[in-house]
Amino acid sequence: MIEAVGLTKRYGDKTAVYNLSFQVRPGAVTGFLGPNGSGKSTTMRMILGLDNPTSGTVTIGGYPYRKLPNAPRQVGALLDAKAVHGGRHARNHLLCLAQLSGIPERRVDEVLGVVGLQDVAKKRSKGFSLGMGQRLGIAAALLGDPQVLLFDEPVNGLDPEGILWVRNLMKALASEGRTVFVSSHLMSEMALTADHLIVIGRGQLLADMSVKDFISANSADFARVRTPDTEPQLREKLTSALTEAGGQVLPEQDGALRVMGLPLPRISDLAHDADVRLWELSPHQASLEEAYMRMTQGAVDYRSSIDQRAGLQQPLPPGAQPPMPVPGQGQPGWYAPPPPQQGGQPFTPPQGAAPAGPYGGPAAPGPYAPGAPAGGPNPYATPGNQAPAAPAAESSPQPSAAPVAAPAQTAAPADLTKPEDAR
Amino acid sequence: MSTHQPPMPQAAEAAPNWQAAPGGPYAGYTSPIPVVKTHLGHALASEWTKIKSVRSTMWTLGVFVLLVVGIGLLAGAVVSSNASDSDMSGQSPLGLGFFGLLLGSMCIITLGVLTTASEYGTGMIRTTMTACPSRGRVLAAKGIVFFVVAFVVTLAASSFVAMTQVSMLDGTGIKDPSGAEWLKGTVGISLYIALLGLLSLVIGSIIRHSAGAITIMIGLLLAPLVIALFMFSQSLADVRQALLEYSIPNQLSVFYANSLSDTGPSGWDPLWIVLGVTAAAYAGAHALLQSRDV
Repeated sequence: MIEAVGLTKRYGDKTAVYNLSFQVRPGAVTGFLGPNGSGKSTTMRMILGLDNPTSGTVTIGGYPYRKLPNAPRQVGALLDAKAVHGGRHARNHLLCLAQLSGIPERRVDEVLGVVGLQDVAKKRSKGFSLGMGQRLGIAAALLGDPQVLLFDEPVNGLDPEGILWVRNLMKALASEGRTVFVSSHLMSEMALTADHLIVIGRGQLLADMSVKDFISANSADFARVRTPDTEPQLREKLTSALTEAGGQVLPEQDGALRVMGLPLPRISDLAHDADVRLWELSPHQASLEEAYMRMTQGAVDYRSSIDQRAGLQQPLPPGAQPPMPVPGQGQPGWYAPPPPQQGGQPFTPPQGAAPAGPYGGPAAPGPYAPGAPAGGPNPYATPGNQAPAAPAAESSPQPSAAPVAAPAQTAAPADLTKPEDAR
Repeated sequence: MSTHQPPMPQAAEAAPNWQAAPGGPYAGYTSPIPVVKTHLGHALASEWTKIKSVRSTMWTLGVFVLLVVGIGLLAGAVVSSNASDSDMSGQSPLGLGFFGLLLGSMCIITLGVLTTASEYGTGMIRTTMTACPSRGRVLAAKGIVFFVVAFVVTLAASSFVAMTQVSMLDGTGIKDPSGAEWLKGTVGISLYIALLGLLSLVIGSIIRHSAGAITIMIGLLLAPLVIALFMFSQSLADVRQALLEYSIPNQLSVFYANSLSDTGPSGWDPLWIVLGVTAAAYAGAHALLQSRDV
């Protein structure tokens, strides 16, 4: 159990982490998400007592890490795969850590086998690939067979086989009743691995909830409806029929319609009643990635822009069209599927309650539009203005997390023995 | 990356995993490996593994032994071949080991700095401090292991050179060193060099940067002597004298009783000086280690 209360870290006048409070529970894999520079690694270092918080506390099992009895036997961490002395053999690296923690030497060979590095145990880690370095780091984290495990970007540089292995390892570790806290950028990976999510942006808590709640709170399922291209009047007809029935209808660029607030059978019935033929009626469920993008849009520090190549381009011949930009690039509203209903948007401050705003396209000044000026409705643009966002996020875990985290402990009934790590 | 994607199948598959399972109280995980209460001995074993498992240790100590033994034997050979017309008569032959040890001390300084600073350079320090949150214990273990290694190697090299030189110069009218001179010329000088290395280790822990800390230590070794050589002004004569007398090369030569001047440190004084400086620096490094972020 990791518990942070009001955790704040400042480096000079830069605030890396601000007033972060969360709990990481045992028996589940907790994903830790956030854009680059949002304070994930700083938080992990503070959990491990490497950095001293400017204010606030973080405890593991009730103790600050540096006061924790037998710390290396209770907590294992992979912070940085390259945090090894490159001139040392893999085995010697683990051996010196084992000796420091009072762990018997044969455990070193065990974990080398667990991560699959037994053949390169006597090779200097300088020559390791990124994936091999990650495996060595995971071996170091598993060395003490600890109750609490922290992994910072564990699948970075791993091959597909390694990614699958890490995924199963995390789940197996959590199913044994351990606390597993994993940071990652790979949303698809987190969707598969994590049970619970903690999302931060600009050092502040954005969300603390189960994966399912996170997706449904930050995106909406919608139906895509396509009428025959040849008869535009059918499209108008259907739009008015659906709107009358209480649905929200948005036109898409290619002529399809995006319908929210109506179940698929009802759409079909309405179309039938209106005597409109349909070419497409498909459900669309948002992925974790979309939900994440939507949530963190306002909190991204490092954003790519379109390469203008100013002054280098040939003048276009008369009549030629400039190329269309790649969808998604430089278009702030791209990742903003609408929230399902007004109540399902827990991170929008009250003054930004314009439900039709965020998905209106690039020009719409929605609460998640990154171009919003400081002091505007963007809750993450101004550090002082986070009050409405934080209480909503902090109050959400209590109802959602308790029923969610508990079942995971007994999940994966067949894999409880964790075959890779035979002891 | 667009909202037009089909739904991701993983999200749907992952959901039942944590939803379907029945609830229950957490049974915390307990490791079958026995838990041992760790102490300084564990840290010493770990640091011994660390120091012997990197090549820089072998390289720096190898070069050190080569310099001390090579230059010592060379000096002995030169003096013994010119023994008839040299004015070495009545002097202790142990002083010939001085040149090798002066150059060799740079290797010990380098190794001392690398013992701590290389952990910061590679990021290994975060792994170490996670495995042992008692930071003071890590620094103490590093200091003890390094000091013992440096002392033993220096003692072996300097004793070998001293004995060889005495036997080479036997019968050239040179003074037979007394027991006290033997002690100072071997154990004393080895303690001094090992403490100098320990000071470098502590400076490496404070500076956290290999090149920077090595530069500072080499500067400390050579700068006072070099600066003093260029102080021609009469008004600075006292400063010049102090710099000369307390420069590390002169302190080294005190152990062989051939100091540059008659005032200044004598006898075992240099050892107490370096001991005091190292203790002060160690206290500073310990305090910084406790308060700084790793």
